[in-house]
Amino acid sequence: MSDALIRVNGVNKTFLLGNEPVHALNNIQLQIQSGEYLSVMGPSGSGKSTLLNMLGLLDVPDNGEYWLAGADTVPMDEEQRALYRRQQIGFVFQSYHLIPRLSAAENIELPLILAGIAPAERKKRLQPIIEKLGLDSRAGHLPNQLSGGQRQRVAIGRAIIMKPHLLLADEPTGNLDSSSGAEVVALLEELNNEGITLVVVTHDADLGQRAKRRIRMVDGVIVQDEKNAGANA
Amino acid sequence: MIRTDDQLRFALRAMLRQRFRTIMQLIAMSIGVLAVVLLTGLGEGGRQYVLGEFSSLGKDVLIMLPGRKETSGGMPPLSGEGTRDITLQDAQSLLRLPEVERVAPLIVGNSEISRGSLSRESLVLGTNQAFFDIRQMKLARGQALPLLPLDQPSPVCVIGDTLRKELFAAESPLGQWLGVDAYRCRVIGVLEDTGTGLGMNMSDALILPVASAMQIFNTQGMFRVMIDVRAAQGVARITNDIEQLMTERRNGLLDVTIVTPDSIMRAFDNVLSIMTFAIAGIGAISLFVAGVLIMNMTLITVSQRTAEIGLLKALGAASHEVRSLFILEAVMMSLLGGGLGLSLAQLCLWGARLRFPDIPFAAPLWASAAALGIAMLCGLLFSWIPANRAASQAPVLALQHQNGK
Repeated sequence: MSDALIRVNGVNKTFLLGNEPVHALNNIQLQIQSGEYLSVMGPSGSGKSTLLNMLGLLDVPDNGEYWLAGADTVPMDEEQRALYRRQQIGFVFQSYHLIPRLSAAENIELPLILAGIAPAERKKRLQPIIEKLGLDSRAGHLPNQLSGGQRQRVAIGRAIIMKPHLLLADEPTGNLDSSSGAEVVALLEELNNEGITLVVVTHDADLGQRAKRRIRMVDGVIVQDEKNAGANA
Repeated sequence: MIRTDDQLRFALRAMLRQRFRTIMQLIAMSIGVLAVVLLTGLGEGGRQYVLGEFSSLGKDVLIMLPGRKETSGGMPPLSGEGTRDITLQDAQSLLRLPEVERVAPLIVGNSEISRGSLSRESLVLGTNQAFFDIRQMKLARGQALPLLPLDQPSPVCVIGDTLRKELFAAESPLGQWLGVDAYRCRVIGVLEDTGTGLGMNMSDALILPVASAMQIFNTQGMFRVMIDVRAAQGVARITNDIEQLMTERRNGLLDVTIVTPDSIMRAFDNVLSIMTFAIAGIGAISLFVAGVLIMNMTLITVSQRTAEIGLLKALGAASHEVRSLFILEAVMMSLLGGGLGLSLAQLCLWGARLRFPDIPFAAPLWASAAALGIAMLCGLLFSWIPANRAASQAPVLALQHQNGK
């Protein structure tokens, strides 16, 4: 209990959709241990993306506690959260969110630049990641010269270059065909095997079933939370 | 914290890799600055040109003319005694004043000037050697009028360049005789072709000693007396001294008017300043238009990049870092655009100076500074406002911007 990476306690989040209040997160209780592989599934509007954004400190809950790596992040100000995002969290988005004018390598390097790391050190960290992603020959290409799978691999590279504890993926295969989707999933699972905590939000039942722990959300409530000891089936 | 060199590189890359946007923004920025600087430069050049024309008269020259022109308004006196002439003796007496350096009496008339069978109606000026210095006239050939007592006639003359061409064509005029009505004189000099000065076209004129002109026109009265003074005394005091002297010589009645070129210049300067301001107004309007253009351009591009701002924040950049990134880019863009506009304007003004060497086209400093300042301000403000708004949002909102649109 004490060594949980994430401890969410009684978190609520309400949006106004027109005049209708939508309870996107309804008294969420959740603990995630370091190194877990977790999928969040549910119908559209069930609050799974809101949960992911909240876990990633991109969004702030209305109330409750969210302990990340031993600190309650809810009372933090935006600058402190930015620091946490930088050091603890990597994001992979459905639509990649690469900066179109930067090359693949430069996109991956971006978090290092934002962290103020010296160029020589950046190069040292960048090279192994590019090799691991199999992007050697593509490092100088702009995003619009890359295939969807390659773009998502660049985005993953950017997410892990700061060596975060937590990797959050929002529909990582949503825009990909099945073969490049499988590649991306394999890459994410490999990272999980190396110790990173992986949370995947998805519509795709097959992808969701691969996770060792599966959460199902409906209307802002976690309705199902099952673990299977079995490895990736 | 992002390193400064990385910030610079990031902003530079944003400019270099989005060329179309960068070029459009630079064009907007530089045209705004160009318009203002160029327009005020042209206006200021015209103003300086007219001022220069006046000062070619010499700053320390007073002009005395017969009659009293009241400046208090109202009609000039039509009835009453006619004005008395200013005589040569009056002009001569001025030299007794210690402040007066030189006097050049002036008689102006039109006469038929003839050489053999050629003849031509032309301007005749009767004056003395001092006139050449006071008007800063240069001679192309020969010499100016000789130094003579004012009342001594002499059959010599200096002619303008146009007159020379018409009467002598390719022949050398020096030493040749000309007829001025019934009077005959020998050409001793030709004026340089300097064009008009103060509305008097000297290239058409014949200049001879004042006493000779008095004979030709059969007159005692001077048209004008130009007085070269030592200005250290203050023009107002000298004017006063001259008026006092003339009052004494004329039995207590002051019936001459003394005009300072300064006062003419001042009157024109007012007019010209208003002209310059009008031009600056045009410039300001063009600057405003350019400002709106810059504003739109920056607003569009920054809101296009709201998702990028969200992403940078998701990757762990603090709000103030994101803001400073975008402001740095705007500063670089504004400096570049403003600098480009300024250099283009200088280039155009330089071209104008080459084409019209007489007119000193140059933009006043305040115009350049204002143009640059407002361009910078527009560029900064209108990239800061949207960047700031996007940077203060929760990152998730900024990120969704791209998906929404």
